Amino acid sequence: MSLQGPIATHRMRTGIPTGRLAVWWGLASEIFIFGGLIMCFLLFKFNNAPGFEDADMTSTAAGAFNTFVLLTSSLSIVLAHAAAEKGDIQASFRYIWFTIGGGLVFLLVKTYEYSSKIYGGITLTENVFWSFYFTATGLHALHVIGGMVIMGMISFDVRKNHNLQRVELIGLYWHFVDIVWIFLFPILYIANF
Amino acid sequence: MGQQAEAILHETEAHDAHHEMSFWDKYIFSVDHKIIGFQYMFTGLIMAAIGGYFAYAFRMQLAWPGEEVPFYGLVDAAKYNMLVTNHGTIMIFWVAMPVLIAAFGNWLIPLMIGCDDMVFPRLNRLSYQIFLVSALVLILSFFVTGGGFGGAWTSYPPLSAVAAYNLTNWGASLWLLAVFLEIVAFLLGGINFVTTTMNARAPGMGMMDIPIVVWMINIAVILFMASVGPLVAGAVMLFFDQRLGTSFFIPSGGGDPLLWEHLFWFFGHPEVYVVLLPTMGIVAEIITVFSRKKLFGYRTILYTAFGTGGLSFIVWAHHQFVAGIDPRMANVFVVTTILISIPIAEMLFSFIATLYGGSIEFSTPMLWALGFLVSFLIGGVTGIYLGASALDVYFHDSYFVIAHFHYTFFPITIIGMFAAITYWFPKMFGRMMDETLNKIHFWGTFIPFNGLFLPLFLVGMAGQHRRIADFTQYPDLASPDLQSIRIFATVSLVILLLFQFVFIYNFFNSMFKGKKAPLNPWKANTLEWTVSSPPPHGNFAELPTIYRGPYEYSVPGREEDYWPQHLAPNQ
Amino acid sequence: MSEAHAHPNYIKIWFWLLILLAISVAGPMLEIPWVTVVTAFGIAAVKTFMVAAKFMHLQFEKKIIWYLLIICVTFLGVFYFGVAADIMNSSGQQWKDCIADNTCIEQRL
Repeated sequence: MSLQGPIATHRMRTGIPTGRLAVWWGLASEIFIFGGLIMCFLLFKFNNAPGFEDADMTSTAAGAFNTFVLLTSSLSIVLAHAAAEKGDIQASFRYIWFTIGGGLVFLLVKTYEYSSKIYGGITLTENVFWSFYFTATGLHALHVIGGMVIMGMISFDVRKNHNLQRVELIGLYWHFVDIVWIFLFPILYIANF
Repeated sequence: MGQQAEAILHETEAHDAHHEMSFWDKYIFSVDHKIIGFQYMFTGLIMAAIGGYFAYAFRMQLAWPGEEVPFYGLVDAAKYNMLVTNHGTIMIFWVAMPVLIAAFGNWLIPLMIGCDDMVFPRLNRLSYQIFLVSALVLILSFFVTGGGFGGAWTSYPPLSAVAAYNLTNWGASLWLLAVFLEIVAFLLGGINFVTTTMNARAPGMGMMDIPIVVWMINIAVILFMASVGPLVAGAVMLFFDQRLGTSFFIPSGGGDPLLWEHLFWFFGHPEVYVVLLPTMGIVAEIITVFSRKKLFGYRTILYTAFGTGGLSFIVWAHHQFVAGIDPRMANVFVVTTILISIPIAEMLFSFIATLYGGSIEFSTPMLWALGFLVSFLIGGVTGIYLGASALDVYFHDSYFVIAHFHYTFFPITIIGMFAAITYWFPKMFGRMMDETLNKIHFWGTFIPFNGLFLPLFLVGMAGQHRRIADFTQYPDLASPDLQSIRIFATVSLVILLLFQFVFIYNFFNSMFKGKKAPLNPWKANTLEWTVSSPPPHGNFAELPTIYRGPYEYSVPGREEDYWPQHLAPNQ
Repeated sequence: MSEAHAHPNYIKIWFWLLILLAISVAGPMLEIPWVTVVTAFGIAAVKTFMVAAKFMHLQFEKKIIWYLLIICVTFLGVFYFGVAADIMNSSGQQWKDCIADNTCIEQRL
């Protein structure tokens, strides 16, 4: 470990490395952001707000495929972490880029879905269901993009054998994004529960 | 990491610090926690001046309706709404939070837990920069076409969501964007604070050796992080309602305006405790030091703070008793609201018990701290009236609420801020403040403050509604005796504001010309008093090890009446 | 860098996650509402638990992280149930139109 920066950075009273602890706190606040959005959705849904029967119209196949993509990319980023821990930098680098590729496939499917909806005349303002659909998936997609950018930056550090612990940290974030999708998938794509 | 390695690292650090940094690196883009604390503090104080100026403008309008306000101009209804809205928003988001939490959190946490900086210095800088942008966006919103947002700091839809209703198309969106950015800044800062306290404490400092003020800032930050999430989602939804034409909160499109009220108050009520707890911590420090006694019930105060935090999540709907919420739920919220006064009262009793039998010294910080206890008590007690739904139906949106609110928030924000500044000033700038001017400033603030808000209880009980710019149109409220009360309140406000110039003069004069301060002028135990004043980059010449709790005053059998945390038992 | 611990078999967990995904997609095909709810949300919860425990290494994490996450989810529940009572009753089944219904006004007087 390189000894840089303030001493505060190197202390570890809880036994959890500072970076990981901070990521957990960040995820905790993210839970409330996505949780709040999903709770609002459920409140409207269970109140039989008009428009929620449109959940039929989302493509379950596309959603399921995207779930598959995200689960797989979750696997690859955890494998990248395992490789980094063993010191296998090249494998870690490859796994990280595999994960970024997964994010890219996810976004492509998302773009296809968005464009087919928008060309079909359904936009954000159609009704409350579609407002939620575009807001929630859009916010999630922003997190995917953010994660991909950070992963790209980390991957080059990893190749130089710098800051290997960051692979685990971005992994935690990526798994969280995955979990958010695991919940968005049933509420937006599995129709009529 | 072992202590030896730390010592080596510290030495190299100290050498690095010697090379000259440019002005920009040192003060503007600094990653040093003390500089960032100052940045937050001065931004907060400038925003406080803007908020105070707004208060002056609309109070003048209430006292002499329809007349030109000196230094402002005519206040019409739209301007009045803009002024009260932004007064509230600024004072809470851009004064209370940056000064009490961010400024003193940044300044005190690393010093009090005995380390050289925050664990994420660059994240800390980023958090301030986002905060600064948010303040600029808010100020920008006053100057766009249509003027600043005027839909109250609670920003209830559909008024806030539809430009045709609020007539501030861009003002409303910029206001929302500013609040959103401010929240993001504090989430980043909050993660930093909590991680620092959890991981970077000096060797020997257990959980129960952390000074109360550090605990309180951390609990406040955790409350903030846990309560603000749904509002972030809500702010995005409201922004889409404003700009993209969705209808999450607009009933005509199938949305539900009551949902926003819930989202807002689920954050809004814990927010009260977010700003209250740091002040409680500041007061705890000051009261112990100037009573020369051990803090009464360290653990009690801590557990009551946790209790307050937990309870604060289940009281939010008491802001909505007249909003048409389910009456059965209203009953639940009445009970929880009245329950939450118990832990707070217990904290106050702990402070009073600390004072009991102490050798009290009435220095300025102590006066501010005692002033806080007295006036916050009035605020807390009137809160119980408002927490009962039956009374609230009458008092809701009246000046009684205004008076209650300001009897809690003025002590918390303004009095707490002055208490902290006067107490830590010697450490921050290495010079003493002028005690006489300080005392003049205290009495010149405290007496007009009561003169300002006590009468508002009366007009509130007489039924004066809070969102009316000109009472002359309402015969029942325009009677001369009510108007004379309003004039009395406004004159008090003007006196209060004038006395702030004493503080500004004293602050800057003492900063450059004050008497040199000794290392530990108040003979306090906590670690920040062991470093030179002002503390250098890297804080401690030798990183301390902790041997005891922070409140060992007047220990029997010891020559001195204080026992700093870092002294080994045989010293 | 995290402490030394035996890694779970990630591939096996991934495999199980895919099976669960298949079930959650197949569930609605039976067109029985409660089965859909169970397969959709029950399985989402199980998947979340698996990802959190295995991929995010919560299994090996200190207790304090568990407490943190449990508190987060609890407060979200508090939020949901505190709000639900209002939002669900927005239509107000028991409201009376007192202007149309004279007997109601007489009662109030």
